[in-house]
Amino acid sequence: MELVCPAGNLPSLKAAVDNGADAVYIGFRNETNARHFAGLNFSSEQIKQGLNYARSHGTEVYVAINTFPQPGTFEKWETAVDQAADYGVDALIVADIGVMDYAAEKWPELRLHLSVQGSATSHEAVRFYAEQFGVQRAVAPRVLSVKQVASLVDHSPIPIEVFGFGSLCVMVEGRCYLSSYVTGQGPNTFGACSPASFVRWSETDSMLETRLNGVLIDRVNKDENAGYPTICKGRFRVNGKTSYAIERPTSLNTLPILPDLLRIGVAAIKIEGRQRSPAYVATVTKVLRAAIDSCIRDPENFRPERAWMSQLRSLSEGVQTTLGAYERTWQ
Amino acid sequence: MAVSNANASPRVRLSLGPIQYHWPKEEMLDFYRTIESTPVDIVYLGETVCSKRRSFRHQDWIEVAERLQTAGKEVVLSTLALLEADSELGYVRRLCNNGKFTIEANDMSAVQMLAGKTHFIGGASLNIYNPRTLSKLVSLGMTRWVMPVELSKSVLAGFQNEMPAGIESEVFGWGRLPLAYSARCYTARAHELSKDDCANCCIDYPDGLTLSTREDKRFLVINGIQTQSARVHSLVHELNDPAAGPDILRISPQSEDTELVISLFHHARLGSLKADEAAYKLERCSPVGLCDGYWHGEAGMTACGRPGGP
Repeated sequence: MELVCPAGNLPSLKAAVDNGADAVYIGFRNETNARHFAGLNFSSEQIKQGLNYARSHGTEVYVAINTFPQPGTFEKWETAVDQAADYGVDALIVADIGVMDYAAEKWPELRLHLSVQGSATSHEAVRFYAEQFGVQRAVAPRVLSVKQVASLVDHSPIPIEVFGFGSLCVMVEGRCYLSSYVTGQGPNTFGACSPASFVRWSETDSMLETRLNGVLIDRVNKDENAGYPTICKGRFRVNGKTSYAIERPTSLNTLPILPDLLRIGVAAIKIEGRQRSPAYVATVTKVLRAAIDSCIRDPENFRPERAWMSQLRSLSEGVQTTLGAYERTWQ
Repeated sequence: MAVSNANASPRVRLSLGPIQYHWPKEEMLDFYRTIESTPVDIVYLGETVCSKRRSFRHQDWIEVAERLQTAGKEVVLSTLALLEADSELGYVRRLCNNGKFTIEANDMSAVQMLAGKTHFIGGASLNIYNPRTLSKLVSLGMTRWVMPVELSKSVLAGFQNEMPAGIESEVFGWGRLPLAYSARCYTARAHELSKDDCANCCIDYPDGLTLSTREDKRFLVINGIQTQSARVHSLVHELNDPAAGPDILRISPQSEDTELVISLFHHARLGSLKADEAAYKLERCSPVGLCDGYWHGEAGMTACGRPGGP
């Protein structure tokens, strides 16, 4: 079971490599990937440097080209595919059928992984991408229970990667328009959810309000922490009650079910967070590396160490974690 | 009704999308009996949101499909947008093998089952964002595609320059926008129930459950595992300028006034009702107001054209 770690810049890539990542995933500095944030991601020169560093330590590098080009912009995605292929990266993480079609035709030897944004939740959907484009691995959306992941792994023609830790999308990835409904920009079209340019924090006498393009996402007391105004983590009124109607601010943490993921044959565990700091990448990579190694050595007796859990919690949204859809009671 | 221009044979066809909500069986039967005599050209049938909704069994869908077909409608069976359980995959396979009605594939599992075997329609929840994707799916048998709801009129125009011959385009023209799907059921959550023990509580919300901001602005609609816009997306003005638009406009069913909405769209496409006038009347069919931002390349929730009349 491999460990796949995020990097939004060179220091993060080095942190991932140094702390035991089997592979690091990165993106170009534009809207061709789903973490299109100001100041984040890699120039061509930095990708080459990152590749050299990772290679010299035996770590693979994947490049995420996992957004959806629109008419008139396809060339930018072609350029990203061509550059990544030229540099000799180990795999592309792709979501769009057109981009896969292009990559498979132009670079038949280049390994393709289906991005979580490809939204394939069944073995039939995965089979489509494997048969049509020779995709060699698929990342499962965060909507399946452990039992459903097991069935997917059993019937899929290619290995399955799952998310192990990080910010939690509660909607099936690749088909969530909440951000674009409010701002006009979303993961599929712009490469970012709830873009920072639409976020406003404002204070009233005793409260702190967070808004996304004018829509009130939450309101907290001044002494509380206000989370980033992602729509699905806001507080709203439903049937007269105010609550986290969709999900609380929380992060996914799968340490308690690592032995299950190992047993059912998951090929790789992915950490979310290319937008996070090198310190985040270092800590999470180190904890997951230790946990996976411990689990592989003795899956029967594996228990997550308390120190690991508290380190991960401290880096989580809302300082709390969940098993998300892996656990049916969450659903 | 004021006559603006005389479009004797309407170029834009009207479709009725699948019922997105959970309605009791009798209401669904009544609804489709009413639809038989409305001027929609195409009817999409089937459960696309949650497999736990079982007002209709497979045979009920087929019987309604046959009646609508006899009434002169083109009938399409729509598949679930989000598949999780193996049983759901089994049901999609059964639909795909029905042997009689065309399928609207709403996820790639259905596309895989149909590709190269029989022609199919690509639903709005397939991610068809560019002509290369469209062409690939056309090569596998897709004959009509429904544009993702977040894409604009100018994106559609961009497609039209590179559209393979014979492919029809359809656009979501009326209804609360489907915005997201999840493993979690938010209706059950609002009732403090888990999805496995949901007691089919969504059947009490024939137009979904409104989610408001803490300033009491009606923002979204919870519909089981699906999240929708609270505002109704309306493109009735497109019927003013059919040359630039899609081949088909889709009307999404709501618990009241669907017949009236169909009639207003129909008269607008005939030119026997000005689009502005239709929009004015349509506004009364949407308690939370109208929007059309996506169509104009803006935030989906905004009203940028004249979705709500003059």
